[in-house]
Amino acid sequence: MSSKLTTSNGAGWAFALPGIALIATFIIIPFFFAFALSLTNQRLISPNPTAFVGLQNYSDMLSVSVLQLAPETDEAGAIQRDADGSPVYPRVRDITRSDDFPQYRGMREWFRVHLGDTAHVVIARDVVFMKALVNTITFVLVVAPLQGGLALVLALLVNQKLRGITVFRAIYFMPVVVSIVVVSLLWRFIYSPDGGLLNNLLSALSFGAFEPVNWLGNPDTALPAIMGMSIWQAVGFHMVIWLSGLQTISPTLYEAAEIEGASKWQTFRYVTWPGLRHTAVLVLIVITMQAFALFAQIDVMTRGGPLDSTQTLVFQAVERGYGKQDISGGATISVVLFLMVLSISLVQRWLTRERT
Amino acid sequence: MKLYHLAAFTLAAQTLAVGASFAQTPLTMWYHGAGNEVESAIMDQIVADFNASQSDWSVTLESFPQGAYNDSVVAAALAGNLPDILDVDGPVMPNWAWAGYMQPLPLDEDLIADFLPGTKGYWDGELYSIGLWDAAVALVTRQSTLDALDLRTPTLDEPWSGDEFMAALDAAKAAGDWEYAFDPGMAWTGEWYPYAFSPFLQSFGGDIVDRDTYQSADGVLNGDEAQAFGDWWQSLFTEGYAPGTSQDPAARDNGFIEGRYAFSWNGNWAALNALNTFDDTLFLPAPDFGNGPKIGAASWQFGVSGTSAHPDGAAAFIAFALQDQYLADFSNGIGLIPATASAAAMTENYAEGGAMAVFFELSEAQALVRPVTPGYVVQAKVFEKALADIANGADVADTLDAAVDEIDADIARNSGYGH
Repeated sequence: MSSKLTTSNGAGWAFALPGIALIATFIIIPFFFAFALSLTNQRLISPNPTAFVGLQNYSDMLSVSVLQLAPETDEAGAIQRDADGSPVYPRVRDITRSDDFPQYRGMREWFRVHLGDTAHVVIARDVVFMKALVNTITFVLVVAPLQGGLALVLALLVNQKLRGITVFRAIYFMPVVVSIVVVSLLWRFIYSPDGGLLNNLLSALSFGAFEPVNWLGNPDTALPAIMGMSIWQAVGFHMVIWLSGLQTISPTLYEAAEIEGASKWQTFRYVTWPGLRHTAVLVLIVITMQAFALFAQIDVMTRGGPLDSTQTLVFQAVERGYGKQDISGGATISVVLFLMVLSISLVQRWLTRERT
Repeated sequence: MKLYHLAAFTLAAQTLAVGASFAQTPLTMWYHGAGNEVESAIMDQIVADFNASQSDWSVTLESFPQGAYNDSVVAAALAGNLPDILDVDGPVMPNWAWAGYMQPLPLDEDLIADFLPGTKGYWDGELYSIGLWDAAVALVTRQSTLDALDLRTPTLDEPWSGDEFMAALDAAKAAGDWEYAFDPGMAWTGEWYPYAFSPFLQSFGGDIVDRDTYQSADGVLNGDEAQAFGDWWQSLFTEGYAPGTSQDPAARDNGFIEGRYAFSWNGNWAALNALNTFDDTLFLPAPDFGNGPKIGAASWQFGVSGTSAHPDGAAAFIAFALQDQYLADFSNGIGLIPATASAAAMTENYAEGGAMAVFFELSEAQALVRPVTPGYVVQAKVFEKALADIANGADVADTLDAAVDEIDADIARNSGYGH
């Protein structure tokens, strides 16, 4: 391998050089910059000198604590209950903003779990980051299998030898060619609560029984709505990759399977799927990385709202770095995101390795 | 040989170009109004008039689209490429001045004695920028609406109280003739939130940051007054008076003239459109929630960049641009409020008895600039998010606390922003 790379391969290196130079300039060097900046208090605009702050940015972003709150009791020691019968708890702000607990200063409730009558309140110093982290991971976990699976189904459908099949291929591929910003704007109209297409369609299909939903304005539906449009937008791209994988499988294998009397499912399971192994690894890794980089849809459609239900890591990195002029904060998020994507890719590589 | 000729020709051309402008020292200027033909034409006219009027300086103008303007200036500053003359959004000016992107504007203060207070950009006791116009916000409605709901017409001397305002919204809601009683404009994300809504908070008695020291928001943005403001703000949305954050931008732009909203909180730039649709359009002063009626002030202004070697030339151009004629041109062209009363008298809409004269009076009487601090850029973002979250049903006290923590942490990280 190494001899091939180094011995009399000047032309090869010359061809690779522009690409390597661009990747180094715009990806590798900036990454090391980001890592260095995340250890400082660098601002976008500031006359103050930049200072080294160690891991301060990381601890500000990642620190989490748990408070155990006992319900309020009245003089007789009975638990106070509100109108619904649930126990009344002291307010978290009475603790986090109290001088008695300086260690919790600046922290805020993220979520709470009730065990018996005790409320376990998880407080975080950077709740928005935590929500962005959870949203991003949720997005990846839903989008990667759905988009990959749907793309494979479409690829199998358009891989048949039928008249006019290329028209379908072109139609499925079309959203990929359109700019994601344009697609996001269009889907904002589709999801609009004011006579949007989706609400009208559902209402017509159900003969008016469907209650219009404010898809992007409701914290429960906003992220699923963005997942749906994201899957729709990029599925054609992965369909094409699957398709190229399908077409590398030798037709003789299918003929042999047919002669052996294999059913459709058996053919897929024992001929098609093994032949797609490398394609599957590629598709999975590409979708995962693209999903982690979710930004444009958020920026155009919801800007992280409502109630942080669509915050994502990349959106927060940009919002902090440029919007709030906090380059070190944005860099810290980027480094955390890089480490996450790197480790997940390595795990995926390991899980999908060729077993001998 | 050919190459040599080309080089010689280029050299000759350059010498010619330098020769032509030798008498006048070149100055560069950046402006945010690219894409607006009327605005660009006025700006070009001022530059051409200035260059023709004297022989010391020659200004060249470069326009940027507003959305990319601030980023361009920051990028240019980092690359050491700033022009001599900048225009800057009023509340952003302290940030740029503090960062050294701008230097004090050497302008004779007598020139601007009559200017509206919101047009003057002071930072650290010195004048850094001056605006040819201001903008103002009013409660837009129709006389027929007030008559139908049997409401008193509020005046500058006697604006509605908070209770009267809510009674008006209740009446409009009960009448059922409109989709929503009140349109605050939630679809306009960005600077609109602090510009249009922080005056409500100030009228309640709170603020975005403590203006005595500019070192903390604690007690100001989460005190009892701010809590009252937050509860009121949330009630607008939970009780169905106003469309929330998912309002369609088209509904914001046209909802009032389509008769979907009874009252609209909107700026002078949208006034002509409303007037052209309804003859009986009224521009009412902001309600008084206890600490006086307030509206935001300060729009785009001109200043000198920090790296300019010719602040005197830049100041000469800015002084030239401050003529009443140009103030009136901008006003007539794009509907802005002229900075002086004498210029207002020369305009169609802001002259005595003009359709929009009330905005000039509003600017004079109610305007309050946004916090004058380099940290405003971050504080505006934090405030915007807090208001959107409260409108979407977040706990008011917790949200305001979180906003205070974020603002205080940012001020600390910036060593107090030089106050």
